[in-house]
Amino acid sequence: MLGRTASSLFWMSRYYERAQNLARLLEVAYRGAIMSHSGQEHGSHWTFALASAGCESDYNEKYDELHIRHVTAYMIFSKDNPTSIRSCLELARNNARAVRTGITAELWEAINTTWIEFSETNPQSITQDKLPDFLAWVNQRAHLFRGALLNTILRDDGYFFSQMGNFVERADNTARILDTQYWALLPDNDIVDDGSAERYQWSAILRALSGRRSYRFAYPNSRLKAFNIAEFLILRTEMPRSLAHCYDWIAETAEDLAQFYGSREPSLDLAAALFRELSDKQMHEIYRQGLHEFLTDFIGKNNQFAHQLSEDYNFS
Amino acid sequence: MSDERTYFNEMLDEAGAPRQCYSRLAKWLEDKPANFLSRKSKDAETIFRRLGITFAVYGADEATERLIPFDPIPRIISAAEWRRLSAGIDQRVRALNAFLHDIYHRQEILRAGRIPADLILQNEAFLPEMAGFTPARKVYSHIIGTDLVRVSENEFYVLEDNTRTPSGVSYMMENRETMMRLFPELFQTHHVANVEQYPENLLQTLESVAPDPSKSSQTIVVLTPGIYNSAYFEHAFLADSMGVELVEGRDLFVDAGHVYMRTTREPQQVDVIYRRIDDAFLDPLTFNPDSMLGVPGLFDAYRAGNVTICNAPGTGIADDKAIYAYVPDIIEFYTGQKPILNNVPTWNCSRPDDLAYVLDNLEDIVVKEVHGSGGYGMLIGPTASKREIVEFRKVLETNPTNYIAQPTLALSACPTHVASGVAPRHVDLRPFVLIGDQVRITPGGLTRVALKKGSLVVNSSQGGGTKDTWVLED
Repeated sequence: MLGRTASSLFWMSRYYERAQNLARLLEVAYRGAIMSHSGQEHGSHWTFALASAGCESDYNEKYDELHIRHVTAYMIFSKDNPTSIRSCLELARNNARAVRTGITAELWEAINTTWIEFSETNPQSITQDKLPDFLAWVNQRAHLFRGALLNTILRDDGYFFSQMGNFVERADNTARILDTQYWALLPDNDIVDDGSAERYQWSAILRALSGRRSYRFAYPNSRLKAFNIAEFLILRTEMPRSLAHCYDWIAETAEDLAQFYGSREPSLDLAAALFRELSDKQMHEIYRQGLHEFLTDFIGKNNQFAHQLSEDYNFS
Repeated sequence: MSDERTYFNEMLDEAGAPRQCYSRLAKWLEDKPANFLSRKSKDAETIFRRLGITFAVYGADEATERLIPFDPIPRIISAAEWRRLSAGIDQRVRALNAFLHDIYHRQEILRAGRIPADLILQNEAFLPEMAGFTPARKVYSHIIGTDLVRVSENEFYVLEDNTRTPSGVSYMMENRETMMRLFPELFQTHHVANVEQYPENLLQTLESVAPDPSKSSQTIVVLTPGIYNSAYFEHAFLADSMGVELVEGRDLFVDAGHVYMRTTREPQQVDVIYRRIDDAFLDPLTFNPDSMLGVPGLFDAYRAGNVTICNAPGTGIADDKAIYAYVPDIIEFYTGQKPILNNVPTWNCSRPDDLAYVLDNLEDIVVKEVHGSGGYGMLIGPTASKREIVEFRKVLETNPTNYIAQPTLALSACPTHVASGVAPRHVDLRPFVLIGDQVRITPGGLTRVALKKGSLVVNSSQGGGTKDTWVLED
């Protein structure tokens, strides 16, 4: 396989994962913004979405105020914002086009149809009341992409590289969401009243990571607690968006890749080390180290892994 | 223009009755309800768009990928007509390859005075770097798309030879696939020759010209400029259907005279490159030093006989518009036979007599740039406005050597789906030819159709569409 092909498959999956994460973030922000009783100051919901997506400062340079119209224009439709949903879908499609020969017709059709329908959508037509449906559509299209990928592509190196892209991006996304809200997840916050700002924030974090219901199953007799939520999203491997789950996959995929090619590369060791670290850790150790410090360190290591992967397999 | 002029109607004879090869189709068309074709056209468009069968339009900001309009009514060629056409094409592509070998070696044709030496040696498309080098099997142009137009029952003219990197073959294949989905019943009543073997034939052709044919497995790649190229879909399509890698210049490198591709593991040596980039972009060390597309050192590896480039660099001299007028001489010179297919009579504006004639008759003829393509930079006298003619005259007078001229041909017309139903529209034909261990001509080709009433411009960049082309078997 060409190194460039590996790179395109990796990024194709990364961008789809990113588009879906953006849609979910916006959904959460929208929900918060229309709920007057959430005790949040005006606009902070949109800040949550912008900050978690890493485009808060760019937004502030462009717009004077936090307004739903501006935020949706910027985070969904903007051509100038490299992490808008539009940019992600376009870049995912460009990467898929570059490897047309390496993906199945079903996968290509899913990607291409999504792009065509997205680009035919008039941004003006997505008014506030239409926003949830539109975001749900993006979410579904991302599921269709994953489904087509998982159901149709050969379990060879191409599959491994696209899985890597998916989970590297997901790990990054989860860590960022946690890090922008880390203050709400400090254990001191566990003694707060119902209806407080923190409580709202916990719920938003869980929603943004599709974990609100599954939290109930993972912690059957517990109310929302900062400690549990942090543990759920960082250390519990059964939570599909947790850091531990992502690195469980990545470490296993790195092992598959080593077997497939018959040689072990440095990226494999990085993945294994990071997974071991997450499996051995307890939540209170992370609090002792500092949640923010832990997350910053993780984001750095995750990047380092992605970089090493691209070196090991000649992504150019 | 020219709806008043007489043109050859491929479906109907002078009395308005269907010709034999169209008889079943004509009946079928008659039986269908009025909105039937509109509905099928929509279905076809959906299929094409979903599959991403698009082409990019240069200079268009928005919607840089467009669909070529597809006409759902097939164009039919009888078995007898095809036999004559393919014999003519076979003769022509063999002669052009012999010509290429000759001008890059002994240049007998120049010594014999059949072509003015300056026309070759001063020509930008002539590559001195190719002199003395003999590619595998002496084949230079392995993939050719011969542009033909029909002017009467028995007369086809060759418009252009396209010996460099002809495109359109993916449309030939996808048009057929789409037709089989839309109208399965028509394939039961017509014995249509297959085109689906093209990718396999292409692979055989490329393998047959590998530097070392005895190797048990050959690494073949398709070299594309990338996803923004107008024919990118086709590049991916061909690589995919042959089961070979689609590479960009940056995926290849040269080491110790051999070409390798960068893979996720150790570099893999490449034997044959089907390149879809122009000569000038192949190798920045030999040709265009500013090229970002090419592979440094590729040309040396090629000349050392370690890799085959298809088509060979320097084949452009064989389809140069200034050489075109000499192709009948070329055929006679190398084959000793009369050409089976005619050239369109051509005036070379570099000749003073020809130029004078052209300037006197601008409103009746077609003037083309020698190096232009895609229907740009040309004048179609009969449809041009007075002002366009005045302006073109100035351009032509300033730089006459840059132009050739031809009479406006009465292109044949085929039944085509239009807003008002079915009406004749003008068409051309590009069959695809492969030259390696043998000459393989796929029965069929790309029919381009000028969708506007009376228009003679079939280029997709200028509002042309395509049709499936059916060669009937006996």
